[in-house]
Amino acid sequence: MLIRKILPHPYLTLMLVVVWQMLVNKLTLGNLVLGLVLGLIIPILTAPYWPNRPRLGSLPRIVEYMVIVLWDIVVANIQVALIILFKRNADIRPTWITVPLELHSPEAITVLAGTITMTPGTVSSDLSADGHSLLVHCLHAPDPDAVREQIKTRYERRLKEIFE
Amino acid sequence: MIIDILISAFLVVSGVFGLVGSIGLVKLPDPMMRLHAPTKATTLGVGGALLASLFYFYFVVGRFSWHELLITLFLFLTAPITGHFIAKVHIHRHERPDTLPPPGGARPWASFESDDARTRTEGHEL
Repeated sequence: MLIRKILPHPYLTLMLVVVWQMLVNKLTLGNLVLGLVLGLIIPILTAPYWPNRPRLGSLPRIVEYMVIVLWDIVVANIQVALIILFKRNADIRPTWITVPLELHSPEAITVLAGTITMTPGTVSSDLSADGHSLLVHCLHAPDPDAVREQIKTRYERRLKEIFE
Repeated sequence: MIIDILISAFLVVSGVFGLVGSIGLVKLPDPMMRLHAPTKATTLGVGGALLASLFYFYFVVGRFSWHELLITLFLFLTAPITGHFIAKVHIHRHERPDTLPPPGGARPWASFESDDARTRTEGHEL
C-alpha cells in the first residue's frame, strides 16, 4: 500500500506537525510545510527502531480517554488538596495495592502507569518482573478493592480497546 | 474586565494549589505519602498558571500562544516518570518483599529481582 509507505506511522506524523507548530508558536504556511516535511521524514528514518509498535485504535477513543484523564486530574488535585488540608495525619489511611494487569503491550502499561500517577490519590510505584501486575501506592484508601476496581474499569478497559 | 478577573482567578487558583502541594510536602509523615503532594496538587498549580497565560496572550495581547499547551504536554509526560523514579528509590531503600503486597505471579516485583535471577528466567543475557 502506497499510503503505508509514505506514512508508516500516521500518529507520529500528526504529533510531529502539531508539536512543531506549538514550538514555533506562529501559524504560517511556511511553518506548516516545514512541520509536514519533518512529520514525513522522521517516521521513515526512525521506522527501524520501532519494530513492534502497537496498532492504535480509533482516534475518537483516544480523545475520549484524554478528556476523561484530564477531568480526573482536576478532580484528583482537589481531592488530594482536601486530604492534605483537612485530614489529620492519623486519619489518613495510606496503603499499597496490587493491580493485576490484562494489558500486555509495554506502551499500554506505560500509559496506564502514567494515568494512575496523575489521578486520584494513587502513584504507580513498581511493575512485577513478569509484567503481569502493577504496584500502586494510595494516599488515602479506606477501601483498596474499590480503588483497584476503578483503575481496572475506568482506565484499563479503555486502554485495552485502544491498544489491543 | 471580565477577562482580567478570569486571568486573576486562574492565577489565584494556581497559587493556592502550589501552596497546598508544598504544605503537603511538609505535613505528610512518610516519603511515599509526600510523593502524592507534588505529583498532583502541583499539576493544577502549574495548569492554572498556564491557562492564565493562554488567556492573557489570546485576549490581551491578541495572538494565540501554543507554548502553554506544549508545556502541559511535557508536564504530563515527565511528572509520572519522576514520581515513578522516586517511588523506586523508596522501594529499594525502605521496603522488603514482605512489606509490600504480593505481585500475584511467580516472579517478584521488578525492584527485588536480581539480574542473575532475571537472566535465568528469561534465558538470555540482557
